[in-house]
Amino acid sequence: MNATAKHPLLVVGAGIAGVTAAIEAAEAGREVILLESEPSIGGRVVRNFQYFPKLCPPTCGMEINIKRIERNPRIRVLTQTQVTKASADAQGWQVTLTRKPQYINDNCTACGECEKVCTTKVPDPVNLGLSQVPAARLYHKDAWPKQYVLDKAACPQSDLDAVAGACKYNAVDLNAQPTEETLAVSAVVVATGWKPYPLQNLTNLGAGKLSDVISNAHMERLAVKAGPTAGKILRPSDGQPPKKVAFVQCAGSRDVNHLPYCSGVCCLASLKQATYVREQIPESEVTIYYIDRRTPGRNEDLLLKVAGMEGVKMIKGKVGAIETQNNSLKLKVEDVEAGKLIEADADLVVLATGMVPNLKDDMKVFDLPKDSDGFGLDNPDKKIFVAGVTRRPEDVAASVRDATGAAAKACVAQGSQGGL
Amino acid sequence: MDKVGLFLCTGCEIGAAINTENIEELAKERGAKFFANHPCLCSEEGINLIHNAVENDGLNGLCIAACSHREKTEEFRVNPLKISMERVCLREQVAWTHKPNDEDTQMLAEDLLKMGLARIAKNELPAASQETIDRTVLVVGAGLAGLQAARAAAGMGHPVVLVEKQAKLGGYLNRVKTLVPEKPPYDSPHPNNLADIVAEVEDHKTIKIFKGSKIKSIQGQPGQFDVVVQTASGEENFKAGAVIQATGAKPYDADKLSHLGYGKSPRVITSHELEDLMSQGGLKTPLPGRVVFIQCAGSRDEKHLRYCSGECCATTLKQVATLHASHPQVECAVMYRDFRAPGQLEHFYASVQEKTGCMFTRGEVESVETLDGDKLRIQMQNSLLGEQVSLEADMVVLATGMVPVSADGEAIRELQDARVRINKNESATQVEEAKKIEAKNIHHEGTEILNLHYRQGPDMPVLSYSFPDSHYICFPYETRRTGIYAAGTLRAPMDAAQASEDGWGAAMKAVQCIEANTHGMAVHPRAGDTSIASFFLQRCTQCKRCTEECPFGTLNEDKKGTPEYFPLRCRRCGICLGACPERIISFPEYSVDSVASMIKAIEVPEEDEEKPRMIALLCENDAIPALDQAAGRRMQWNPWIRIIPVRCLGAVNTVWIADSLSRGIDGVILIGCKSGDDYQCHYIRGSELAKTRMTNVQETLDRLTLESERVQVHELSHNEFHRIPELLDAFAETIEQVGPNPYKGF
Repeated sequence: MNATAKHPLLVVGAGIAGVTAAIEAAEAGREVILLESEPSIGGRVVRNFQYFPKLCPPTCGMEINIKRIERNPRIRVLTQTQVTKASADAQGWQVTLTRKPQYINDNCTACGECEKVCTTKVPDPVNLGLSQVPAARLYHKDAWPKQYVLDKAACPQSDLDAVAGACKYNAVDLNAQPTEETLAVSAVVVATGWKPYPLQNLTNLGAGKLSDVISNAHMERLAVKAGPTAGKILRPSDGQPPKKVAFVQCAGSRDVNHLPYCSGVCCLASLKQATYVREQIPESEVTIYYIDRRTPGRNEDLLLKVAGMEGVKMIKGKVGAIETQNNSLKLKVEDVEAGKLIEADADLVVLATGMVPNLKDDMKVFDLPKDSDGFGLDNPDKKIFVAGVTRRPEDVAASVRDATGAAAKACVAQGSQGGL
Repeated sequence: MDKVGLFLCTGCEIGAAINTENIEELAKERGAKFFANHPCLCSEEGINLIHNAVENDGLNGLCIAACSHREKTEEFRVNPLKISMERVCLREQVAWTHKPNDEDTQMLAEDLLKMGLARIAKNELPAASQETIDRTVLVVGAGLAGLQAARAAAGMGHPVVLVEKQAKLGGYLNRVKTLVPEKPPYDSPHPNNLADIVAEVEDHKTIKIFKGSKIKSIQGQPGQFDVVVQTASGEENFKAGAVIQATGAKPYDADKLSHLGYGKSPRVITSHELEDLMSQGGLKTPLPGRVVFIQCAGSRDEKHLRYCSGECCATTLKQVATLHASHPQVECAVMYRDFRAPGQLEHFYASVQEKTGCMFTRGEVESVETLDGDKLRIQMQNSLLGEQVSLEADMVVLATGMVPVSADGEAIRELQDARVRINKNESATQVEEAKKIEAKNIHHEGTEILNLHYRQGPDMPVLSYSFPDSHYICFPYETRRTGIYAAGTLRAPMDAAQASEDGWGAAMKAVQCIEANTHGMAVHPRAGDTSIASFFLQRCTQCKRCTEECPFGTLNEDKKGTPEYFPLRCRRCGICLGACPERIISFPEYSVDSVASMIKAIEVPEEDEEKPRMIALLCENDAIPALDQAAGRRMQWNPWIRIIPVRCLGAVNTVWIADSLSRGIDGVILIGCKSGDDYQCHYIRGSELAKTRMTNVQETLDRLTLESERVQVHELSHNEFHRIPELLDAFAETIEQVGPNPYKGF
């Protein structure tokens, strides 16, 4: 055993890639610290209704991962925590972890009494701000750790007093302060994930101006039972179920003016979402406008399934503009196969936007090598590795694969240790 | 357990919903040696109360009556080798979901407590593992994925044995000069650094390599596999702890693509053959004027490979770039259906379009004909250029996909079993039947790779398209053979960069399995479980259901057909326990007897009380979390239903249903995960098996002249919490309509 083996591995980001990297290493006997900046682990996947191509719920696999974490004494999970300082040395890294104040601490039983008395409402970040939630709440219903959060800054003193007074379990600490700890870690896996390409950049597609032009991330929340519409797919403008839904592929992707790369998941996301619409609204018509339908591997099954569904059309064409017309949306499409410009109506448009790596503007503390799009590269000399969408745009299956590999690379960098 | 304490939490509305005054009496009546309640049992004070009682009163069983077993797990953690724990869910299943201070709510809470106490009385402590574990990782196949797996496992401090069928390491990449770009700026082919990796593996002190060798047999179980390798010079015997199968893929058989001119003209070649040409010095003279690349040749095609191999488009880009660099005078065209260059490869696509002048045209290629002279004519339809287009070329490259080099263990086993029946020659019909099975599976003969001595067959079972993995989204390395992981193009079509990552990942899993075995713990999905099954073989009737139905091939059979249990292959799902008609299979904390005792503990009111009783057997992986979600939202459901969490619907023994009905319980509902091709069962076959077994239960119901509606099986997804009250209430309503169980009071 070498000297560095005593120091834990650090995994930054607890989305599906980070959770995977952490638990895979911990089950092989390594000590792991798993950081998450949000109050709950699970990242983007737990915000989605279903995974493609199986059309199964993301929380199902996460349930097993959470059980694995709970059973494993070698993982320490720190939510609402970020790396604020880091310096590499021969043994690995010295990192400073800064944790936001825990106004509701782990005495919390999730009984819900504080939520009942909290009158302040804030936009729900889990629902992309589409709905309001009490300032004292469980971050989302599947949140883990199951510990309430309090948006203290949003609350008047009267609400804070009420929240503190409602708690029977000594879990509310209004005077909580940020905490900081500095420690040595032997290797780092960065899995800080991605955010959707900003809709407001796509002005030609009406995004940000037309309320019935939404993103694919928004569509997931419309389909989720815990979402702002309790799982009903409704037009934001009038709350009515849409009859004609258009999916615009490569919205801001494969485009030098926006994202020059392909995110590799948006075709599949739209195919999946087409099934949501068709199942929920039997009279609906779905049209998918695409450049290339990218459904590699067994994902082809989903393309075949959706292509064979009644009420679904696929048109190879680039949507150039979206405008409103008589309470409906008009799409101007270059129909590549027919070789002409066409106009099409829709009453809900879903823009299949791509992924922007969070690494692009974040995690400067590690000074990771990046490509021109902001995706990271491994740096084995410095014992730092990238996983999931930090590394490249990819789907869940690929993120899990890469994250398991990144865990192995970190273990090797840490040196042979052996033994639980 | 004989020294049980009942700890009742009265917080989180429990104390307000039920009368807790007589619970102590109930606990003592039911054998508890200690009772305490606390307004917040998960607080430091509450936990201390538990620990002090364990210490002072020598408790070995804890019945924690509080929230769901999914909550506060860290606070309530005990050493499972010393103390058995049972969680009774009074918060989610009672206080949050039923009318407070109601007679029915009280009866529900008391029943749940009695059930918990009955179960813990039957629980036993798992014995600490004494197994000797070998730390060697066996890697089968030394292509890129296998090489990386070997490096990674060795790097994590494990001895590695690498077995390669060919005389040379490297696999398919030996045919390839360059790779698609893997690094920024992603605009030109990447050098193939296979030689460096091979050299590193060959020089590695702890990697032992057998080239030109095959696996002759693998016996035993993870941690203790006995491996025999057949080398050119003889046999090598050694032990291994875990296995990585990285036997790769082979190009789709182009002989089946005669409609695309393959085999009809030497100028129609596959992309793989073009790789060979390129690595052997380039195209032969006279150079072709125009080369046409046809994508999806035999892929995304019902008649050939239905799936997309995912890497052929990028490989074509690489070939166009390489061809253009060496022979700029050769005109290139690519005919594709959807051009698939995902991720950063878009940069490569853009660069090739810009630099090479290659024409990319979309359409469906119908045929390639050989014309007089040296010309080929390609017919394409639905093209951007028109409905029917034909294009002439001097050379055609078919981008063919990849087929995994897997062996279908189950089919081989069927073949072997059929032959045994034919040789026995017992009856003409049996022989005829067996011959049909033999004919169906004969093409699997000789395809064996791992040669496992497993009753369920010599190789891993395969799923769709012959890939041997079991949960390809969430847990991509998992297979249906414990401690044997699939890596690289064997488990999914992928490119070299992905196969490389895959090797690393599979090594992580193999190392993990060895570590878990060393500590007597189960691997995924019940990672950390220290219990193992016990078989009371004196009562075994050799019916073979357990050996047949285990999704993981845990059991072998001796000559008489008696099961031989390999604990290190076991995932602890309990499907064997569900299968056994003699009820001889038990886990220390999950047995036919312990659940039966829970059922027995339920008070069944007389018929005239008009309070039916129903049991809901809920899978702990999806249905119980959905129920907790429903409870978190304070949804309500019928209070006459008693919930019993089960490890899997496949881990339900039908005797529990018979017991319930014979005790006068009016109905049993089972809720588990989705079955079928896109199964969500973490044990693959559990919910499917449950459905099959329930058809037998229906026959029993008919025989007893009980209405078939009394037993129902439903499937539910983890996120369908709203269906929990719907299903339970609808079931209760059905039972009320059907009327009381006539066996009540017997």
